[in-house]
Amino acid sequence: MTDRLPGFSTLAVHAGAHPDPTTGARATPIYQTTSFVFNDADHAASLFGLQAFGNIYTRIGNPTQAVLEERVAALEGGTAALAVASGHAAQVVVFQQLLRPGDEIIAARKLYGGSINQFTHAFKSFGWNVMWADPDEIESFERAVTPHTKAIFIESIANPSGSITDIEAISAVARKAGVPLIVDNTLATPYLIRPIDHGADIVVHSLTKFLGGHGNSIGGIIVDAGTFDWSKDNKYPMLSEPRPEYHGIKLQETFGNFAFAIACRVLGLRDLGPAISPFNAFLILTGIETLPLRMQKHCENAKAVAEWLLAHPAVAAVNYAGLSGDKYNNLARKYAPKGAGAVFTFSLKGGYDAGVKLVSNLKLFSHLANVGDTRSLVIHPASTTHSQLDDAAKAKSGAGPDVVRLSVGIEDKDDLIADLEQALSA
Amino acid sequence: MNHDAYGDDYIREILHGVKSIAMVGASPVNVRPSYFAFKYLAQRGYDMIPVNPGHVGKSLLGKPFVASLLDIGRPVDMIDIFRSSSHIMPVVDEALKLMPLPKVIWMQLGARDDAAAAKAEAAGLKVVMNRCPKIEYGRLSSEISWMGVNSRTISAKRAPMPTRGMQLSLNRMSVGGGETGASDRAAKNKSDSA
Repeated sequence: MTDRLPGFSTLAVHAGAHPDPTTGARATPIYQTTSFVFNDADHAASLFGLQAFGNIYTRIGNPTQAVLEERVAALEGGTAALAVASGHAAQVVVFQQLLRPGDEIIAARKLYGGSINQFTHAFKSFGWNVMWADPDEIESFERAVTPHTKAIFIESIANPSGSITDIEAISAVARKAGVPLIVDNTLATPYLIRPIDHGADIVVHSLTKFLGGHGNSIGGIIVDAGTFDWSKDNKYPMLSEPRPEYHGIKLQETFGNFAFAIACRVLGLRDLGPAISPFNAFLILTGIETLPLRMQKHCENAKAVAEWLLAHPAVAAVNYAGLSGDKYNNLARKYAPKGAGAVFTFSLKGGYDAGVKLVSNLKLFSHLANVGDTRSLVIHPASTTHSQLDDAAKAKSGAGPDVVRLSVGIEDKDDLIADLEQALSA
Repeated sequence: MNHDAYGDDYIREILHGVKSIAMVGASPVNVRPSYFAFKYLAQRGYDMIPVNPGHVGKSLLGKPFVASLLDIGRPVDMIDIFRSSSHIMPVVDEALKLMPLPKVIWMQLGARDDAAAAKAEAAGLKVVMNRCPKIEYGRLSSEISWMGVNSRTISAKRAPMPTRGMQLSLNRMSVGGGETGASDRAAKNKSDSA
């Protein structure tokens, strides 16, 4: 017997949400409350002991947040999810479950500059060590594996370069090393790429970007694929060993294929505290309802802008995997056949100065440090998002001094091209 | 029956149809998964019977332990086996001696014995392996969605009220005996003008 599976757009509207049983409200209510009344003392004890499903306190979970979690889990094809205050918070919570001081992760060199900073500085202060590998050279991941390796971390579409990562090849390295593959799927969204289908064990997002999509709310999420055996070899004691604060419960034994998401909630979120606000969860949830429509438009516009830039005499190079001549076009065809996303970089023949001048001449593109807004955005990574990296690291992450990054919005593409044209000729 | 992937209708029909569940390997220790599942299913209205020879003479949430399935002494719809895979077959053999036969053999999360399953199915029983009835009940009722778990269900219908509708409560605090200051003044105005 097989169940008929709803399509992506149906899940984007419905997954996780149903009419409120008490009031009949059809849209998901914003449960703007800190706490939830218990039925009786036994119910309270059951909730605190993880014996019953339910709500206690919004730092640990909230019904509006839960709808967001189930929706993203459904869209990614995962077993469960945990929404948190930001994409950065998602990464800290994930690694707190996996790492002890002295442990290592292998991370792709091509990452969002903020993630490189977090791994290099904050993680170092926790005693978590990062080995960098080159996503264009799979062997560099294999060489970085040591007995202390606990996870591999990559971006599906890298920020800012827009390059596509060979998820399946790196997943094979992770499987051989006996560690989970964690994929930051922020720039692709599950509409373009579903990393779990390609071997990811955990997916993280900044919900702030395309999923929320309107540039109005910060949030992050962790999706558990339910694929990794946390008890094997006892490498992940947070999941396999009895938890003293929960009277000796072993999380994987109790929660099976969504134990990692539960660990992130009842150990990570409980102790570290980066809860998402119910209002932000609501705004992001509303954004997700139109994710398929927006991503189609984002990709269509990005391709048109990239093609126009490629033909412009002032442009030295365009790095967009959706272009047929691009280095990553084959990977884009394999992993992101519906479109290569809407964030990419290009460089001008006039170098750094021409890039800075372009950014200041644009009238419709907003100069700011975000991506994945309905509005088109522009930034010069070398002086902003990636400014804290040294020159070699900037170049390796695709943020050299002459590079300009665009996040193409859902305006009319002719208006975006006209704005670039006037800015380049000014 | 494909025991790698069960359709929701298969699980739903089992959980909707059975009334009594004997839990083999039920533990009175309140941090064991079997205890959670026993309590949860009892609260959902199932007639639960704890089976564990090590605890005969004690009871679990008011239900006395029995040593084996053959000691239950009344018909039972489903056998939920909280034992590891290597201990499944003897339990299934015992279940197949019951008269009348149970309708369902359920093996807990992590437990799977395909030979035992084939034997039970040949006798006309339904079999579920490597699943937890608490998790499946929570998933198909969407209660588990509160934990961010993907229930893999959607619905545009209003869910049943967690209680049977709003009930008369004797615990509400009364404020002003049902009258307000304005209604007092209105009554006074009426009597003044009379």
